[in-house]
Amino acid sequence: MKQVAANMAGTVINVLVQVGDEISAGQDVVVLESMKMEVPVQAEVAGKVVEVKANIGDFVNEGDILVSVE
Amino acid sequence: MLKVLIANRGEIARRIIRTCKSEKVATVAVYSDADKNMPFVREADEAVHIGPPPVPHSYLNVDAIIDAAKRTGADAIHPGYGLLSENEGFARRVQEEGIIFIGPAPEVIGQMGDKLTARRIMQQAGVPVVPGSENSLDTVDDAASVAADIGYPVMLKASAGGGGIGMQICQDEASLRQAYQSLRGRAKAYFGNDSMFVEKYVERPHHIEVQIAGDQYGNVLHLLERECSIQRRHQKVLEESPSPFLDEKTRELLCQSAVLAGKAVGYTGVGTVEFIVDENKNFYFLEMNTRLQVEHPVTEEMTGLDLVSMQLAIANGLPIAIDQGEVKALRHAIELRVYAEDPVTFLPSPGTITLYQPPVMEHVRIDDGVESNTQVTPFYDPMIAKVIITGTTREEAIERAIHAIQNFQITGIKTNIPFLLEVLSDERFREGNYTTWFVQERAANPKK
Repeated sequence: MKQVAANMAGTVINVLVQVGDEISAGQDVVVLESMKMEVPVQAEVAGKVVEVKANIGDFVNEGDILVSVE
Repeated sequence: MLKVLIANRGEIARRIIRTCKSEKVATVAVYSDADKNMPFVREADEAVHIGPPPVPHSYLNVDAIIDAAKRTGADAIHPGYGLLSENEGFARRVQEEGIIFIGPAPEVIGQMGDKLTARRIMQQAGVPVVPGSENSLDTVDDAASVAADIGYPVMLKASAGGGGIGMQICQDEASLRQAYQSLRGRAKAYFGNDSMFVEKYVERPHHIEVQIAGDQYGNVLHLLERECSIQRRHQKVLEESPSPFLDEKTRELLCQSAVLAGKAVGYTGVGTVEFIVDENKNFYFLEMNTRLQVEHPVTEEMTGLDLVSMQLAIANGLPIAIDQGEVKALRHAIELRVYAEDPVTFLPSPGTITLYQPPVMEHVRIDDGVESNTQVTPFYDPMIAKVIITGTTREEAIERAIHAIQNFQITGIKTNIPFLLEVLSDERFREGNYTTWFVQERAANPKK
């Protein structure tokens, strides 16, 4: 199982995938916002989404797991 | 003017408080819940809480700010930069409430805030503008047709955009067609105005701006230029003046064009005319910032003038106290912006500063907004401090800048200090001929 982690600390403003989605490497899965900047977080590998931990409005720290992919 | 409310936060609020104190003008800070322990709140004579952390509920909350001014009896409002500083409606509302707005007339803010209107006014005044569309491009076909006329690459821009937001480089018609709808949608969402236009994209451009000051008697002076080409994500990281790229003749033409621009709109207060300068030193009007600029200390340290003091005097209805001939580059000045961000990816790094120790050195000025134990929150801009260094020569200023930034200790959050050091040590920077592509080109070829 591979995990997609937050690339910076910030607020989750959009979750672009659901459990069961097939995603490709490089696809945007979550959008974070911090300090007036919106930053998409991309999956590094392709696979099937098995868990979405990020919810819109959550504050996450850099390195926190957002999505798990199988 | 007896009491100024500062509708801003962080380092710029402190900066304004400093001049107000020296001129015996009382100050009122406004603050959100996130900022209640910040130095600027303590340093103002009075402080009024205006709301929760997100800016729409606090620093952009016009009613709360006006109410704070009335309750404290402030007779003037200084908007700082960003936030409400270039909001025509806010400036007008302040005046309607019988309070002095420290800045130009609301109409001028509106005219310059609309990039298409600004282009038109400047063209009529004889200020060169980047070749591009005269009118709003309401369909993608209109945009493609104008772009074909002026030639690719072009910059597709939102008329209401600015500060690096709402623009995209298009290399060909396919990329223009792809960018048009999404950029227009974002312009509508961010600015409530989806007017679009295209400009010729200038390759390897220099971003050089001219500080101006105008009073209520029609006098407009320039306070020389600032070289601002070191940018990441279209935002400035290091500014210096005089620009190492300009020769005396181009400098004079550029500064005179800025004066022309100021006179064309009857500018009152301090403002900045931004230009794009190409490799052959042709320059074009880009936009006008109708406010105090983040990098104003570069001009202050170079010329010995106090720009906030000039703002207060102009707002008080006084004529500008100096003549053009008295404005001189006395020193070379460099400003380094310290951001709470990753030094490689430039992504924001909010968190708590555990140790904060700026350098204390001669010829080094620190304008900052934080201290040890300050929580740098994700709600606001990542800039936490500015280091302004002067020298008799550019070389001396660079050497002092390296020494200063090496002695700036910040722990607990990531900062761009390692990146600033790399820029200052880079041969291409030291040679002085660098463009807005510098950061990208350096990332692609770091071995220098």
